[in-house]
Order: sequence, then C-alpha cells, then structure tokens
Amino acid sequence: MSTVTRAEYCVVACAEAWRGDGEVLAAPMGTVPRIGAQLARLTFAPDLLLTDGEAMLLGDGPGVVEGWLPYRQHLSLVSGGKRHVMMGASQLDRHGNQNISCIGDWKRPRRQLLGVRGAPVNTLNNPTSYWVSRHSRRVFVERVDMVCGVGYDRAAAAGPSATRYHRIPCVVTDLAVLDFGTPDRTMRVRSLHPGVTAQQVREATGFALDIADDVPYTREPTGTELRLIREVIDPEGLREREVPA
Amino acid sequence: MSPEEAVGRIESGMTVGIGGWGSRRKPMALVRALLRSPVTDLTVVSYGGPDVGLLAAAGKIRKLVAAFATLDSIPLEPHFRAARERGDFELVELDEAMFMWGLTAAVHRLPFMPVRAGLGSDVMTVNPGLRTVTSPYEDGEELVAVPALRLDAALVHLNRADAYGNGQYLGPDPYFDDLFCEAAETAYVSCERVVDSAEFADAGGPQTLLVKRYAVTGVIETPNGAHFTSCAPDYGRDEAFQRAYAKAAADPGAWREFTERFLSGDENAYQTAVAAFTKEGA
Repeated sequence: MSTVTRAEYCVVACAEAWRGDGEVLAAPMGTVPRIGAQLARLTFAPDLLLTDGEAMLLGDGPGVVEGWLPYRQHLSLVSGGKRHVMMGASQLDRHGNQNISCIGDWKRPRRQLLGVRGAPVNTLNNPTSYWVSRHSRRVFVERVDMVCGVGYDRAAAAGPSATRYHRIPCVVTDLAVLDFGTPDRTMRVRSLHPGVTAQQVREATGFALDIADDVPYTREPTGTELRLIREVIDPEGLREREVPA
Repeated sequence: MSPEEAVGRIESGMTVGIGGWGSRRKPMALVRALLRSPVTDLTVVSYGGPDVGLLAAAGKIRKLVAAFATLDSIPLEPHFRAARERGDFELVELDEAMFMWGLTAAVHRLPFMPVRAGLGSDVMTVNPGLRTVTSPYEDGEELVAVPALRLDAALVHLNRADAYGNGQYLGPDPYFDDLFCEAAETAYVSCERVVDSAEFADAGGPQTLLVKRYAVTGVIETPNGAHFTSCAPDYGRDEAFQRAYAKAAADPGAWREFTERFLSGDENAYQTAVAAFTKEGA
C-alpha cells in the first residue's frame, strides 16, 4: 500500500464518528463524510442506514433499495432521533455554535450563504457532528454571525427542552479531530492527523483551544479500509479534490 | 386553464406558497407567468429554488418565508443571494422542519404547532415575533410555537392531473405539494399532462395520488413546465441551462440578455428558446 493521504485519514476519522451508533441513519454532507459513512457501514458499523442523497434508502449491493425516505419522513426521522448527521460549517465557535446562513449583519448580510436549512432541528434532536475541509480562522471564530446549529452554551441557556437530545459528538477537519470533552463543554483537540502539529492547529483556530501535550494521532486506516476507499467506494479519488494532499 | 388565467387570479400583496423543493419540481411555468404579470408586493412561502431567484430578480417579493434558497447542484441561488445582500426584501428565516409544521398547522386550521426545533438558535432572534409554548402536562417542556403558514394561493407542479384537480406525482418524492394546496385559499396545479382519471391507475399506485380535487382551484397543462428544475421521471434537471442561468445572474448585462432571450415572450416562446439553446450545446 502506498502512503496514506491526508484525505484518507479524514475519511477514516469521519467513519469513526458513526462507530457504535447502531441502527440509525448516517446523514453525511460533503464528499469525505459520505465516503466515511459508506466505509463505516462496510466495516465496523453494518447496521447504519444510508440514503442515495435523495429519497431512497440503500440496501446491500449495487442498486438495491431497502426503503423510502422522502423529505417529509426524513424530517420526522430527525425529530425521532434515529439519525447522526455530519453537517458542514461556514463558521463554528468554541461552544459548537455553527453558522451556514450568512456572514455579517443578518438584516443585510455582507455575504448571503445557504440559509439556516435544517441546522436548528438537527442539533436539538439528533447527534450532529461537523466536517470542515479547510481548518482556518475564517471558520473557527470566537463568535458566529448567526447561530444555525446550536452549541452547548446556547442549548444550556435555552433550557431542558433544548438540551434534552442535544449532542455534538465530534468535529472533523483536514487537520484534526475535535470534540467537546472538556468540563465546560468547549472545543478541544481529540487527535491530530499524522503530519500535523499542535501549533499548526492553534494558528488555524480563532480562539483558545485545549490541546493536551500527549494528544494522540488520528489512527491509521487498516489495509482493508484503504482497499475499500481506493477501489470500492471512491475509485475516482473525489476525496483528494476535497482535501488536496 | 392557462398559466395567464391562473396567475390572473393572484393579486398584488397576496401570500403565495410555491411547491417543490430547491431546484426540484418547481411550478416554473406558473412562476414565469407571474414574471409577465403586473402582480407584485408578494409574500412568498417556499423551500426556495430558482422560483425565489426569478421573483426576487424581478422585484416581486416584499417578504420571503424560507429556510434556504438553493439550486441543489449549485449550492447558492445567485439572485436570492444578491437580493439579500442588497436588502431587497424582508426575510422570515425558518428551519426546514419549522416550515413543514407551519404549513401543517395551516392545513389543520390550528394557530400553531409545538416543535423543539428553533430553541437556542438565532431563528428565535431574527424572528422576534416567534413565541414559545409550555406543555400543560407533567413534563412542562417549553417548545417553539410555530405559527400557521396560511396562504392566499398555492402554485405546485405535478406529473399528471385530471381536469377536476386530482394530482399525481410519479417521482421519488412528493415534497410538500399537498400541504401547500391544503394550506391555501386557492391552489393552482400545473402538470406535464392532463389525463383522464382512468389513466392514473396505470401510471402508479394509489399512493401517487397526492393532491385531491377539493383542495385545487385550477389545473394548467404545462409540458416541460418545471424546466429547468427536475421533474422525475418525466425529465431530470437541465443542468446546462441552470448553469447558464446562474452565470447570467451574476452579471447585470448578461442577465438582461438572458431575460431578452428567454423571459420576454410567453411560455411557448420560452420553450422554443430553450430547445434552441439545447441544440446549440449538442
């Protein structure tokens, strides 16, 4: 096997987000998370449900459909909690508040983005992880311009109905895996991708970040995983376009 | 009914719901008819796509109720983005699920529906009129009371309909078109083909009969009427045309040319110009 690329570490780190989730819908947004979710299902998380990106639930084997999930049922599934989504983020703060709506003043934004989409319903109802393909100070900011995905501080302030099903398992970036495993539920580095230094992550983050001296590296993919990524799931190498070497 | 007749019943200042989702099965022929009409000052309620973009570009939106506006294969709707950055209209930005429950409340003639979505997010701050409601049961949960999204008119596009207003979808997703029709005082269903009711059964199972005639005011036959959005299985999205639309939208001069070429005549002229565009690319 040739050298593992950064994109392949990212794929494995994304796959790990769904480990132990059981029979829930894995809802990846972005190329690397999609490859990661497929890898998880083909290896250590066979009970995961996956869609075709539209209304069909994919069964085992090419072209096999095992169920139907139009948008209205998808929204019900979110509220029912049998789902773990990995969303993108234009901005993300140290408490896990996420913004995909707009940059600047909401009344007249400097840059209109996607809009709030399903981030509020996602974050209050089912585990919501994030994928950031370019870890930078533009994304990791002290305060997001509009809270779409709800972070730990905002959920706590909104009360028990907001915190009841709120959970942000992890944030995967092109540099590291982060989570909110600190006592005050602020962001910390769980692992660095091989070749990345703590200093590099600190410089690319717009707020103080907890990084332990003995922070581990993101785990190596197994031989089977590398074969699945390269030959079965993503033979065209789309992952390398999202995370260039 | 023709697109002009349907749109002729819509008045300036009305609240109009538009079916489909993003760049998927949008009633584009009816939107194009709206563009040709003098109607303006609209409150538009939509899972937004190029319907929102075109109406925004034409300055017909006073207020937009939406969770997003996207072209799907192109993430950002360019006219929506530009209009927002210019501050052209008022926005009621709701979460996707809040939007669905707002429509559902209107369908059921309820003032609101309780939802968890929205708590803790800035949806609550950018919409200062939103209120919460406390459960009267032991849990005592405090939830968001999403107000009913009542509509004066709904515009939706389906694969088939009969002359009475029964509508059939044949693609993978109904989206929310039945809710739009039932939440509205008047609803106009455009379709690829008007068929005899007897033909429904051969095209799909009874669950494909999404829209009922009691909720429909008028039926309009508009072949290719969702173009350039997708209308599976009749046709997919016209990606080449959508790219041309998005490219033109980014530049005022190019947009004038696009408007002259595609949006200055009636629906027949549009379809003829689109056919010529497709031939050029082939």
